[in-house]
Amino acid sequence: MIKAILIFNNHGKPRLIRFYQYFLNMQLQIKHLCTNKMAEDMQQQIIRETFHLVSKRDDNVCNFLEGGSLIGGSDYKLIYRHYATLYFVFCVDSSESELGILDLIQVFVETLDKCFENVCELDLIFHMDKVHYILQEVVMGGMVLETNMNEIVAQVELQNRMEKSEGGLSGAPARAVSAVKNMNLPEIPRNINIGDINIKVPSLSPF
Amino acid sequence: MPAPIRLRELIRTIRTARTQAEEREMIQKECAAIRSSFREEDNTYRCRNVAKLLYMHMLGYPAHFGQLECLKLIASQKFTDKRIGYLGAMLLLDERQDVHLLMTNCIKNDLNHSTQYVQGLSLCTLGCMGSSEMCRDLAGEVEKLLKTSNSYLRKKAALCAVHVIRKVPELMEMFLPATKNLLSEKNHGEILHTSVVLLTEMCERSPDMLSHFRKLVPQLVRILKNLIMSGYSPEHDVSGISDPFLQVRILRLLRILGKGDDDSSEAMNDILAQVATNTETSKNVGNAILYETVLTIMDIKSESGLRVLAINILGRFLLNNDKNIRYVALTSLLKTVQTDHNAVQRHRSTIVDCLKDLDVSIKRRAMELSFALVNGNNIRGMMKELLYFLDSCDPDFKADCASGIFLAAEKYAPSKRWHIDTVMRVLTTAGSYVRDDSVPNLIQLITNSVEMHAYTVQRLYKALLDDISQQPLVQVASWCIGEYGDLLVSGQCEEEEPIQVDALEDEVLDVLEGLLVSNLSTPVTRAYSLTAIMKLSTRFSSVNRIKKVVSIYGSSIDVELQQRAVEYNALFKKYDHMSPNIAVITIHATNSTEADMTEFVFQAAVPKTFQLQLLSPSSNVVPALNQGSVTQVIRVLNPQKQQLRMRIKLTYTHKGSPVQDLAEVNNFPPQSWQ
Repeated sequence: MIKAILIFNNHGKPRLIRFYQYFLNMQLQIKHLCTNKMAEDMQQQIIRETFHLVSKRDDNVCNFLEGGSLIGGSDYKLIYRHYATLYFVFCVDSSESELGILDLIQVFVETLDKCFENVCELDLIFHMDKVHYILQEVVMGGMVLETNMNEIVAQVELQNRMEKSEGGLSGAPARAVSAVKNMNLPEIPRNINIGDINIKVPSLSPF
Repeated sequence: MPAPIRLRELIRTIRTARTQAEEREMIQKECAAIRSSFREEDNTYRCRNVAKLLYMHMLGYPAHFGQLECLKLIASQKFTDKRIGYLGAMLLLDERQDVHLLMTNCIKNDLNHSTQYVQGLSLCTLGCMGSSEMCRDLAGEVEKLLKTSNSYLRKKAALCAVHVIRKVPELMEMFLPATKNLLSEKNHGEILHTSVVLLTEMCERSPDMLSHFRKLVPQLVRILKNLIMSGYSPEHDVSGISDPFLQVRILRLLRILGKGDDDSSEAMNDILAQVATNTETSKNVGNAILYETVLTIMDIKSESGLRVLAINILGRFLLNNDKNIRYVALTSLLKTVQTDHNAVQRHRSTIVDCLKDLDVSIKRRAMELSFALVNGNNIRGMMKELLYFLDSCDPDFKADCASGIFLAAEKYAPSKRWHIDTVMRVLTTAGSYVRDDSVPNLIQLITNSVEMHAYTVQRLYKALLDDISQQPLVQVASWCIGEYGDLLVSGQCEEEEPIQVDALEDEVLDVLEGLLVSNLSTPVTRAYSLTAIMKLSTRFSSVNRIKKVVSIYGSSIDVELQQRAVEYNALFKKYDHMSPNIAVITIHATNSTEADMTEFVFQAAVPKTFQLQLLSPSSNVVPALNQGSVTQVIRVLNPQKQQLRMRIKLTYTHKGSPVQDLAEVNNFPPQSWQ
């Protein structure tokens, strides 16, 4: 079972946090008596510790780490991959295949790439909710749900379309935007041939 | 009130903050705005506000006041609201908050919604954070969805069922009918995958289910065969291999079904051999499948040829450039080394090479595996590698490595001297990391190696002269000096290459006293050295000096030391008349003639009230022309403090003829016997 999925950047700033099991570290529970406060504090502590463990790893060592003391007993492992400015960390127990999870991370990242068209860190920053929705189609309740990229992208697309038809998170103003997007503007020729001279006209975006 | 800002705006604003304090201020301001918006029960913007709240929650700021809002969103009719509402519920709520139970009704309705995506959302939420009560209430709905023909929902229902079973194991029976068709031919990859997960969960939890599902083995084998044989299928392919995730899952289920069962194991032998030999290993996916195959082969009752094949695959993995592969190979070999010891031995040299790997995780596994592979035949070679490793490894490893070396040495030492040398090497290289319990064990070892006492104490003394910071070393050394101090100062040694140690009594006492006062010594070490000093009072002649040291510590702040010192003092007083008076006499024989004196033997006799002990001479050749000397130690016990008289006899061979000489020595200085 996958216990948690964390994405953070090279400075430890979280870009996505998903826990599939809340962590019962007794000492910490006693320390933070208010349950609500504890959740966020514990999460941040876990992120900090994980970042600390993962960031000091060289690039030529293996992608598996025995988990930090915070994350739980010796059964847990951290499996991570480093892509440019982001770390993708999956915390799993012994029932998951380590090499399989590495593949899964790859599938997830490639799916993000397809959904966002050459995904970069900014996409994750500004579309945190969308990333969660994509992840939801890949992993559910800590177990692998779907690994077929095209299938995942298709399902996410359909749901996004449903949201769009209702106006999305942004509410009313978005309708205007989508209306303009759907207008059929005539194609503007790129090259105007005047005899020997070729003038290249810059392409204009639809709106 | 103006419309709440959009999520994008908020993110942009927060990113402009230059300090943590600035960020906190912005967030507090926005939280206040969101709170008032919530109070106004604004339906239009609620989804936007919750999205912002989730973002702030990710950054670590409290978001609990949004929990109820999530519930309101879930109850809304709009898909957008439900989507963010369910996400919020999964991120902000768990079964510790009573509030979560309010979701149950909404989820129930949504499980039967007309839109599959709404059904999907509710299945997802239930499967992530559903509590036992919720699961109990809704298990029936999940079971219904498990039988639907909609593959999108069916796969989600399968995983939801797994969660339900985990929370409420008694409900497992309920899902049994639905499992009948899970592996049917009509099902595509995605359903097969989650179905196998569900079946695996059920088999792991209940032995009855396990026996029940054993009949599925032929079906699973068939599915696996199709996957391997089938050509290129772009939907499920990863790097040219069809649906590797499904293959891995099936292999795992086969492992569970085949374990301990001869028939099932036999049924899967062929397919396992096929996967093992045909899988493309140039990419990671191939290796993941191969690895899972190996684990399955090792766990079930496979035939020996297959097992050897599996271990050889692991051996090949060890040579792979990819460190991840090496890591999993070492992990698996560690699991199988007990059962298939000989097969793993064949890869010993590769494993030992991994000790030099840069990766900490790989080094640790290689170390554990190396210790498991040590036996009587390879002990010398292996120990060389392991000692080298001990020298150069990280401090985290040193304690475990030292313990492992001690254990291995104890079991397989080819000779006592080798054993002591190994122990010495460990103490001097990693002395401070050695476990506390090894000190008494080592002392026991040394005690039992009677013929090595002199050698051991001399080596330990020499080590002490170099370095007194490693406490276990110091403690063992102190104990030995206390016990065998006489052998130390006599300088004699049974070994062929004697250690050049010139130790005089006063120097030895200097060293021990130095330990008592040094800041580097722990209280335990001090106790060891005080006791050692005390013991030397029966072996050395400088008893007065020892008495003085002991009496000083009678007023030590350290209670343990104080107690010992006081008790030793009492011993001195009580048994003063009994303390044996030992005179240690060293003879030096030199030869000024032109020829060597060979077969030189010195003998002595003393009056009846004395006791004499002659230790071995340094040699029995006295070189000619004063080129060297023979030394020999005589110990005389003189309990009645009588005047020492001695008759000596020298026998040797000089220029080919035997010579004998007798003499009496009566002019011993009075201090030697008073």
